[in-house]
Amino acid sequence: MQTDASALQLVLGADPALLAIVGLSLTVSLAAVGIATLIGLPLGAAVALLRFPGREAVIVTLNALMGLPPVVVGLAVYLLLSRSGPLGSWGLLFTPQAMVIAQAILVTPIIAALARQTIEDLWLEYRDELAAMNVGPARRLTTLVWDARFSLVTALLAGFGRSAAEVGAIIIVGGNIEGFTRTMTTAIALETSKGDLPLAMGLGIVLIAIVIVINALAWFARRAGERLAG
Amino acid sequence: MRAPATDLPIVLQDVSYRVRDTAILDRISLSFVPGAPTVLIGPNGGGKTTLMRIAMGLVEPTGGQVSFGGRTGVPPTRRAIVLQRPVMLRRSVSGNLNYALAGAGVARADRAARAADLLGTVGLSGLEERAARRLSGGEQQRLALARALARDPQVLFLDEPTASLDPASTKAVEDVISGIAARGIKVVMSTHDLGEARRLAGEIVLIHRGRVLESGPAGEFFAGPRTQEARRFIGGELLV
Repeated sequence: MQTDASALQLVLGADPALLAIVGLSLTVSLAAVGIATLIGLPLGAAVALLRFPGREAVIVTLNALMGLPPVVVGLAVYLLLSRSGPLGSWGLLFTPQAMVIAQAILVTPIIAALARQTIEDLWLEYRDELAAMNVGPARRLTTLVWDARFSLVTALLAGFGRSAAEVGAIIIVGGNIEGFTRTMTTAIALETSKGDLPLAMGLGIVLIAIVIVINALAWFARRAGERLAG
Repeated sequence: MRAPATDLPIVLQDVSYRVRDTAILDRISLSFVPGAPTVLIGPNGGGKTTLMRIAMGLVEPTGGQVSFGGRTGVPPTRRAIVLQRPVMLRRSVSGNLNYALAGAGVARADRAARAADLLGTVGLSGLEERAARRLSGGEQQRLALARALARDPQVLFLDEPTASLDPASTKAVEDVISGIAARGIKVVMSTHDLGEARRLAGEIVLIHRGRVLESGPAGEFFAGPRTQEARRFIGGELLV
């Protein structure tokens, strides 16, 4: 009970350490989702619309990569960015940028696979009509992405959920450095192991609240858009 | 000055369409010429839809040749088709029309006026902001007609445009089709409804099992069909 009260005090009192951690968590997650969207959306659309040898293997691979183990991704990125690694000269290890890279790798297959499925389903529905309207390949692609936009939001939310909740990769490549690379999930893991349950619980409450608020906003935006567009 | 090229007449010469060993169309020769609507009638699976898709240029025949105004390989810029189950884009009514107008190369500044004109033509004025997928079946069919007209076609193919519509919606769609034909656009349509064929057709083509059994002016066809199959079909018997 005392732990619950302390956690609430931290949240309601807008504790500066807590706010810094929340801010970094959101920045890293949103940046990772942004990068993953830029890569995953065109990739998913291309796989949905193009026919090429090995396409089915690509689809199976994308679907399988949705379940990438975060610690494995963290280890791979660590090896890439470590001083003796191929990208060691960039000096990114134990920085927020390294955390964004790791999370973008985790999120890209999720967005690509869900976008592929969404766009392909709509393509099957639109195919004859767009052919009848003599629509060329480039306009076909933009039409499908635009008309599937409300469904594609779900793919982005799934990606955001993955990155916001993820701890295994970013703790390896970020190092969980206080005031620099400490996020909500890595702090929860650390504070729990130290026995500082109020901070861990406060962060947990904030994390869940953020995920709920973002999903609620996306839901209402989608409903409003669907009412207008059908 | 040279006269602008026209896609009419559309001439199908010995056109066949085979899927593996099955002949969907078997050496069909037909011409679609300017004038009153040509109505394709016949049982399901007879090849009406495939014939229209080939004449539209959506499907390549596996045999024979199709020419458009004496030319072959003409892209379907002045031809339009409304499919049997037209798909509404996930946009508003005006969004659907603007999409078609943009595809037809109409300048952005001119689209609103053209859209208003087209919606008036098909009797959908006032529904501009309605989500297209929330329209009734008859309204969706009329919006599909407006979308097709956005391309300012010389020829309009309609694949069973009133299938599964109630009488009031059928009448509304037929009125629009009559109006389109009166504007000089060549209408080629398919139907199961002999009453509709009588009301709209200038020329009838009876298709069964991928072959043209009989074709000619609608008045002559209904007054004195030449083939036994045509007599049976007009008499309400099932052609199987």
